[in-house]
Amino acid sequence: MITEFGKIFAFIIFAFLFVGISLFIARLIRPKRPTNEKLKIYECGEDTLGSPWVKFNIRFYVVALIFLIFDVEVVLLFPWALTYQDYGVYGFLVGIIFLIILAIGMAYEWRKGDLEWARPKPNIPDIKKILKKDRKQKVSEIEIAEN
Amino acid sequence: MYESLVEITGLEIFAAFVSAAMPVAFLVPFVIIAVYLERKVSAHMQDRLGPMRVGYHGLLQTIADFFKLIQKEDIVAEGIDKKFFNFAPFLVFAGSYAVYAALPFSSKYIGSETDLGIFYIIAISGLVVAGILMAGWTSNNKYSLYGAMRSAAQIISYEIPTALVILSIIMWTGTMSLATMSEMQTAYFWNWNILGGPEWGITKFVLIPFLLVAFIILYVSTLAEVNRTPFDMPEAESELVAGYHTEYSGMKFAMFFLAEYGNMFAVSAIVSVIFFGGYQSPFGYLGNTLGIEWLVPFEQVFWFAAKGIFFVFVQMWLRWTLPRVRVDQLMTICWKYLIPYSFVNLLVIGIITLL
Repeated sequence: MITEFGKIFAFIIFAFLFVGISLFIARLIRPKRPTNEKLKIYECGEDTLGSPWVKFNIRFYVVALIFLIFDVEVVLLFPWALTYQDYGVYGFLVGIIFLIILAIGMAYEWRKGDLEWARPKPNIPDIKKILKKDRKQKVSEIEIAEN
Repeated sequence: MYESLVEITGLEIFAAFVSAAMPVAFLVPFVIIAVYLERKVSAHMQDRLGPMRVGYHGLLQTIADFFKLIQKEDIVAEGIDKKFFNFAPFLVFAGSYAVYAALPFSSKYIGSETDLGIFYIIAISGLVVAGILMAGWTSNNKYSLYGAMRSAAQIISYEIPTALVILSIIMWTGTMSLATMSEMQTAYFWNWNILGGPEWGITKFVLIPFLLVAFIILYVSTLAEVNRTPFDMPEAESELVAGYHTEYSGMKFAMFFLAEYGNMFAVSAIVSVIFFGGYQSPFGYLGNTLGIEWLVPFEQVFWFAAKGIFFVFVQMWLRWTLPRVRVDQLMTICWKYLIPYSFVNLLVIGIITLL
């Protein structure tokens, strides 16, 4: 007797077989003529520079952490959503207290700025500031020259 | 479908595999048509002609593309972690195909009649994230890594509003099974969930605006989950080449492509099942009117496919209407707008259902 999850497992096995068979057929047909240039990592036609393990924004990690908290709580809410009508107002309030705690956590993260995506501030060069450091030329002369 | 196969052949495992193979018979023609449609739709929206050479108005273009892809050399560049690099397409396709197990194509065919339905779909689509991260991480390429990280962050962020909206619908309908959900919206289109569901009364009309908000939130977040424009940051051609599948070529790339279009149809089908009656016809069935019983399931498959393809078409339409959003805007839309709104929506729908 195959259970309903057994049928799902049949789906997953079938998907693996499908990919495997089509890759195998392609393997029989396609040519294999690797050259030095073909085997280079693609970087817009230039030679590769540096390591591919580049630094990325720490925000990805923060987003993953917040997601983890929310997802666990959403998973806990699913069984409640199916049965809360049987318990009337009491059942609803229990879920609401849980949701309010979740909302307070969300508000805290928002206030702390964890939901902001780190964005570099625009660095607009100010000609007068630069000239204060280097006083060989007068400000008025530069402005005239620019005009 | 499964039961009748068991009756005919008497082999349960055989029946399970045949019923598991059915969606592929739908998926492959769908992808062939959708790729053609994508190119034609985008061309006509920009006042171009699109593919015209292969067959009448380029009808055979996708089939020609398939033959091209199957003959392409498979390049595995230096420094790639071959084991996981080759395994990633399997994982991405399996995650995308497993979703079809819980989609009711008609009242006679559903892959698995599990009660968990939509909950299972949310869980199994995590496989796609794992596959994408695997593809990006093992490719030994900067663009792939950036694309994979962005894609993973985007998919997991937008999973929360999706889950919250689905939660509010579950609170209202009281079932997680997509088959039961479609059965409830039977007969005519005013019984669809977007128009307040099958029960008549004041509740139906009070619910309609909140269900509309729920539909918009769900559609926007599913759009982000399948990496479509305006949320196509992971595959932004102008900055990341092709995102996480930059290093893939030939048939492996085709598998990613197939999984992507499969996902597009799957989320559209979920939206249509939850809000637009799934396989139910909007005006009753021709088979019932004429007294031909066997026609009804085929009509249901037709309506299911038609609704799904309509939402896929809306996705293509949006692609050529809206510009791409920035990463910080993407996160702001999700965390500061969609999640609070879906929270409030959940509470309101819960209260209305209780009263």
